[in-house]
Amino acid sequence: MSAYIIRRLLYAIPILIGVNLITFVLFFVVNSPDDMARMQLGDKRVTEDAVQAWKADHGYDRPLLFNADASGAAKLTETIFFQKSAKLFFFDFGTSDSGRDIGYDISQRMWPSLAIALPVLLVGLAINISYALMIVFFRATYIDFGSVVLLVAMMSISGLFYIIGGQFLIGKLFHLVPISGYDTGLDAVKFLILPVIVGVVGGIGTGTRLYRTFFLEEINRDYVRTARAKGLRERVVLFRHVLKNALIPILTGVVAVLPLLFMGALITESFFGIPGLGSYTIDAINRQDFAIVRAMVFLGSVLYILGLILTDISYTMVDPRVRLS
Amino acid sequence: MSMALEVVKWAVRTILRPRRGHITERPRPAKAAQVSCPAGRREPVRLLMSLVALVVTLSMLPGCGEPPWNNPYAARQAGENILYGAFTERPKHLDPVRSYSSNEYAFIAQIYEPPLQYHFLKRPYTLMPLTAEAVPEPTHLDAAGNPLPPDADPDQIAVTEYLIRIKPGIQYQPHPAFARDADGRYLYHDLPAHEIARLNRLADLPQTGTRELTAEDYVYQIKRLAAPWLHSPIAGLMGEHILGFRDFSQRLEDAAPAPVDGERPFFDLRGLDFPGAEVVDRYSWKVRIDGRYPQFVYWLAMPFFAPMPWEAEALTNQRGMEDNNITLDWYPVGTGPFMLAENNPNLRMVLARNPNFHGETYPTEGMPGDAAEGLLADAGKPLPFVDQAVYSLEKESIPYWNKFLQGYYDTSGISSDAFDQAVRFDAAGEAGLTADMQAKGIGLSTAVQTSIWYMGFNMADDVVGGDSERARLLRRAISIAVDFDEFISIFANGRGVQGQGPLPPGIFGHRDGEAGINPYVFDWENGRAQRKSIAEARALMAQAGYRDGRDPETGRPLSLYYEAMDAGPDGKARLNWMRKQFAKLGIELIVRATDYNRFQEKMREGTGQIFMWGWNADYPDPENFFFLLYGPNRKIDGGENAANYSNPELDLLFEEMKNMPDGPERQAVIDRMTEIVRRDAPWSFGFYPESFSLHHQWIGNVKPNLMANNTLKYLRVEPAIREERRAAWNPPVVWPIGAIAVVLAVGAVPAIVIARRRERSAAL
Repeated sequence: MSAYIIRRLLYAIPILIGVNLITFVLFFVVNSPDDMARMQLGDKRVTEDAVQAWKADHGYDRPLLFNADASGAAKLTETIFFQKSAKLFFFDFGTSDSGRDIGYDISQRMWPSLAIALPVLLVGLAINISYALMIVFFRATYIDFGSVVLLVAMMSISGLFYIIGGQFLIGKLFHLVPISGYDTGLDAVKFLILPVIVGVVGGIGTGTRLYRTFFLEEINRDYVRTARAKGLRERVVLFRHVLKNALIPILTGVVAVLPLLFMGALITESFFGIPGLGSYTIDAINRQDFAIVRAMVFLGSVLYILGLILTDISYTMVDPRVRLS
Repeated sequence: MSMALEVVKWAVRTILRPRRGHITERPRPAKAAQVSCPAGRREPVRLLMSLVALVVTLSMLPGCGEPPWNNPYAARQAGENILYGAFTERPKHLDPVRSYSSNEYAFIAQIYEPPLQYHFLKRPYTLMPLTAEAVPEPTHLDAAGNPLPPDADPDQIAVTEYLIRIKPGIQYQPHPAFARDADGRYLYHDLPAHEIARLNRLADLPQTGTRELTAEDYVYQIKRLAAPWLHSPIAGLMGEHILGFRDFSQRLEDAAPAPVDGERPFFDLRGLDFPGAEVVDRYSWKVRIDGRYPQFVYWLAMPFFAPMPWEAEALTNQRGMEDNNITLDWYPVGTGPFMLAENNPNLRMVLARNPNFHGETYPTEGMPGDAAEGLLADAGKPLPFVDQAVYSLEKESIPYWNKFLQGYYDTSGISSDAFDQAVRFDAAGEAGLTADMQAKGIGLSTAVQTSIWYMGFNMADDVVGGDSERARLLRRAISIAVDFDEFISIFANGRGVQGQGPLPPGIFGHRDGEAGINPYVFDWENGRAQRKSIAEARALMAQAGYRDGRDPETGRPLSLYYEAMDAGPDGKARLNWMRKQFAKLGIELIVRATDYNRFQEKMREGTGQIFMWGWNADYPDPENFFFLLYGPNRKIDGGENAANYSNPELDLLFEEMKNMPDGPERQAVIDRMTEIVRRDAPWSFGFYPESFSLHHQWIGNVKPNLMANNTLKYLRVEPAIREERRAAWNPPVVWPIGAIAVVLAVGAVPAIVIARRRERSAAL
């Protein structure tokens, strides 16, 4: 397994270079270093000298990808792309274009993101699995039919609607929790209730439908027929046998998203005023802060690759038939 | 309350009562049939009754004097003298050398104190001393440095000198930069690398100190403006006016130590001579202006000219500090009424009362009507009135608005979404609050901003630009056709006043009423400005050679290009509206929508044709608007004149006007300039935006002041009223929780029945 993991990690290097390159090209297609300088310096009374000085101070006075004036390897290394990207591979995110230590900011902002994402994942998982099991238990009844209609309807509703609706109902109309905001420590709990509820409810449609499919796939297998033939009750069949086997795709799917929980939710954090990594990324895009954008894309790519490796490993753990080679 | 508790106890007892076969013994399959017997049917019913009881109980809880559950603030803040507000965007800079936007000034203007400020109540906006003893008077000097009389020939004036005397005894806020040991050595100016590596916040340096404000601090800040590595946005402008500024900037560039790992070591600017700013004595300093620049005195009321103690730079410019985010851009240090107690712009920024504040009192005089409105009730009382101001990050307008209505923000703007809910216009067009807002005791403040949104014609363009009569008539016809009154009504909720010239109300030179209308676009009818008819605009088009809007060369409708910066979905309606305005004249408007970066690029290169842009005044002087139409200031030459307009007569008048004191002579020059601009029509004077803001009944001393940024110190809060209103407006409504439980319970009954039936049924 070690060889497999090392090989996968080595594969990640060209992938990360490619992701970096694409991010770089996409970013600079929309924003030039001059635009970035003007964004930092402000709209009013900015002179061309000031723009050039800012670019020089922040290392944006080099060519983007190829330095024709340099010689040898410097043609590639004396470029914005190389200078800004090389350190990322050592997880040195450097400073943002406004002068903040990105690594420190990430370390501070990943916790609020996690504080929402983890409960949403766990509570959502519990509810979705339970609900899916219930539907499967009552398959081919009005409960099944009604639930599927309800789930499809829930899937069809925009996530933004859940957020605004949740804020309106629970925060504004019923006054049960603050509409938005955040705090540190235990004081954060009252702010997390609403986004977690919204996150869980918003995910029920998709999650439950998916898990229902997994369960229905399992319920027609031979071992289930055998279990029933032995006289086991339906509840026992479902909870003891079907659930266990259907958990393999569920578990591997969950493992894949685990590392990404740190990355935060873009819209949710923005609407609820949660100072997580999702809003950090959005703010950076709005401020044309390339240093943060590339750091976040790089981090997201690393975590995604890590998630996929963990998924493979988890397969071997939950299914003895799978071997990594 | 006791009755509610009893009901809760009863409900809990009922729910938890042991039921036959449920806890004590495990039911066997054979006994499952008991479920269908009458006794078994009662189980779900009992459960339902218990739940209903619980719901009833819970719904009674709100009346039990509970504090609001949705209060986003800590319970310990209840009843405290704190002002609550919000900010929608993280301030980019807090260093006064770089900060230049209103969302940044909202914070640093409460902390840093430039020598001057604007009177809180007086209009027109009036400068008054802040840390200075008096508003400085200019002294003119000839080329030899000899003083000239006030009425000296302007050509003789080589240098203008301002002597500023500051009040003695002003102390800085407590700050680690001033902390010293018993021997007088600074504790934190020479920290070892390993200690700096451990720092994450300024508060990690526990010792603080203070010292008296001196003239040296103001001069030090002006020198910082010239430091190239600090990228001050006004360095270019000050380079044109402050004597020797550019040379000094170059000297700094040459003399400053090079950055080490991206961090520039501390470079003490005190020892460097600078003819533009000079310390006279401990409490006096001079600024020298190259020639004349009477508007310079307004800059002395902006944070750019606030004092900066050298000790702050000595602390934050140690190697490693910037890496740890300890910079002057993050931790301001000032002498103002407040200091930044918490800087977490991703969540919250807290201003707390500066214990060393030198003391200032509320104004004793204002405008007629101020006393009647209670704005002089606090006259002479010491400032500031609030102990703390807590600003929370609120990026989205919906939660911001709802939390304001719940009483968790003391003031609020009005977003377009909430406008109809908050404001209504009466038959006379006067804005007022809706009945709901009045019932809540909310107050409305309105003020026409010292800003203008205009539609510009690129004068360097072959079709709409130039000095030809044909182009002039075309521009005038378009100015008539584009109905900004309608624009204000549709897209700004009526929050604006139609523009009649480049000067908005509140700026010297602006004229109201019939004398102030643009006669090329409006007529004065029935006591108000009435836009000329489209027929007149079409007649102008015909005179220009574009009969029915057709280009005589092609015979097809004249095509013009509109450079739009709002390419998003929100801008689509505005762009459609703009097309319709041009279509009134038969002109085909082709919209070139792009992002703001590209828009700015087009403006700099002069490749646009027609566009809309705005300007927000730096200071209340007509120079700050007319310079946008000054020939040498054309955008294509690197200036701010986006229309690239140039008229020799106007340029001469501008040179004359900008150096004149306010008075009839200056008004006459401004009138002439306004007439020239109206005639040439390089702009269609769109509208002057109007700001609408709301405040709760517990906030006092609210008067919009669009020039002053340091108005937090004047605001008063009545925390007791706020607490009472919050409690009344936010009773927790808990019955929906019970209702959901009931729905689930009711839904569970048939499910249980089906489940048991299935368990009993034989396999197929």
